[in-house]
Amino acid sequence: MTVLLPGSERDALEMLAAADGDAVPIAGATDLLVSWPGRLEDHRKTYVDLSGLAGLRPLRWTGDELVLGGLTSYWDVIRDVRVRQEFPLLVAAARQVGAIQIQVRGTWAGNIVNASPAADGVPVLMAYDAVVELESLRGREEVPLDRFYTGYKEMRRRPDQLVVAIRLPRRPYSVQKFVKVGSRRAQAIAKVGLAITRAAAGWRVVAASMAPTIRRCPTIERLLEEGAPVRGPDDLLPAIARDVSPIDDIRSTAAYRKRVMARVLYYELREACGWRA
Amino acid sequence: MTAISIAFTLNGSPVSVDVDSAERLLDTLRYRLGLTGTKEGCGEGECGACTVHLDGLPVDSCLVPTYQVRGRRVDTVESLDPPALEPFARGGATQCGACTPGVVMTAWWIRDHPELLGTHTLRELMAGNLCRCTGYDGIVDSIGAVLGERGSA
Ligand SMILES: Cc1cc2nc3c(=O)[nH]c(=O)nc-3n(C[C@H](O)[C@H](O)[C@H](O)COP(=O)(O)OP(=O)(O)OC[C@H]3O[C@@H](n4cnc5c(N)ncnc54)[C@H](O)[C@@H]3O)c2cc1C
Ligand code: FES
Ligand code: FES
Repeated sequence: MTVLLPGSERDALEMLAAADGDAVPIAGATDLLVSWPGRLEDHRKTYVDLSGLAGLRPLRWTGDELVLGGLTSYWDVIRDVRVRQEFPLLVAAARQVGAIQIQVRGTWAGNIVNASPAADGVPVLMAYDAVVELESLRGREEVPLDRFYTGYKEMRRRPDQLVVAIRLPRRPYSVQKFVKVGSRRAQAIAKVGLAITRAAAGWRVVAASMAPTIRRCPTIERLLEEGAPVRGPDDLLPAIARDVSPIDDIRSTAAYRKRVMARVLYYELREACGWRA
Repeated sequence: MTAISIAFTLNGSPVSVDVDSAERLLDTLRYRLGLTGTKEGCGEGECGACTVHLDGLPVDSCLVPTYQVRGRRVDTVESLDPPALEPFARGGATQCGACTPGVVMTAWWIRDHPELLGTHTLRELMAGNLCRCTGYDGIVDSIGAVLGERGSA
């Protein structure tokens, strides 16, 4: 294994460009180092270490945005009182990622690029209309997170690009919910994850573990926008079937996931939407 | 495989070592530096037996590439004062002992940052330290005892 230790963000971009697609950025290593001794294939790769690039770490506020850095960790967000007030779902999701030892090392950018369909950071970012800022020697590019994934573990990021920031617009929200259904409260991978927000810009309903990528649910969002009457969880199943395509796997079944999603949506939104049985 | 020379602060003292670039902090501590207090349970960040402090925060050393600690501060279970751990022995917080070094490292972080209990419960803070023996009540109660001692000290 070769590891390159850049002294600056610019160095890192040059190293990635020079490697011509063969270098992997490494940040908190909570995905990359799992069961490491047995992963001999990965020992042969070249890594560009981001952990020393202190400038990528802090989160910052502008008049109309919260900007997470390319190295901002879950713990950085959990400890930030203002984030707790203005973006409570970021804190709620961060506190459900693994456990403390993972939260202090794991980064939001790593969660995005790892691209697990079951991730917890991505759905809340997406429900807040996050924009991913990518940088390479060829310049900066912005991709809205809800258009970032193109398929299972496929995304609109070239290997020479770093996620240098994640930008979230500051808005008043009337509804903010995050629900993770797993086998236990800590160290669990979601069987079903849902992040829901409502602002002047409209409803956002984001589902995790329900499709090859984390994704928004346009049919459900439309149904909420139109104020369609819903008399119980089952009324939501047709819209769910149009928006997501869960699978049977080691953690759950497709049928269970759809039922749970319908129930979580119904009981979480019943009051806000004035639904009556 | 390439070697990297790094320097960092370990339990308060400066150390310099040549490590393999693919080496985990857990292995550097145990096999290069002879600090075998830190244990490996799962090797995948689930169990917390390998918990050490990196710049004062609890991390799983099985998920830390050693080169990432260059210039930083690492504290292991060997830095703790054995008599201070008495409450764990008395309170049934340890049986086989495999999880204990990790448990006490997370507990010590909580002890040094009691403000954490304003936002988190002890059980949430300890969720990354699995124990197959005690059933957790002994662990949680012993940390409570340690916090109480500190509070009255
Ligand atoms: C025990 C355990 C429990 C976990 N529990 C959860 C959980 O409950 N929910 C959850 O969502 N995740 C969980 N995870 C997964 C993991 O912690 C997260 O995905 C984390 O956010 C990854 O961040 P990192 O900095 O550690 O990434 P790394 O492991 O360093 O990298 C992950 C990927 O991102 C790329 N990358 C990292 N930073 C950048 C960047 N700035 N630009 C471009 N590419 C980059 C890397 O090349 C790699 O492909 C868990 C992991 C473990 C080990
Ligand atoms: S050995 Fe590191 S968390 Fe289990
Ligand atoms: S005492 Fe045996 S695992 Fe905790």
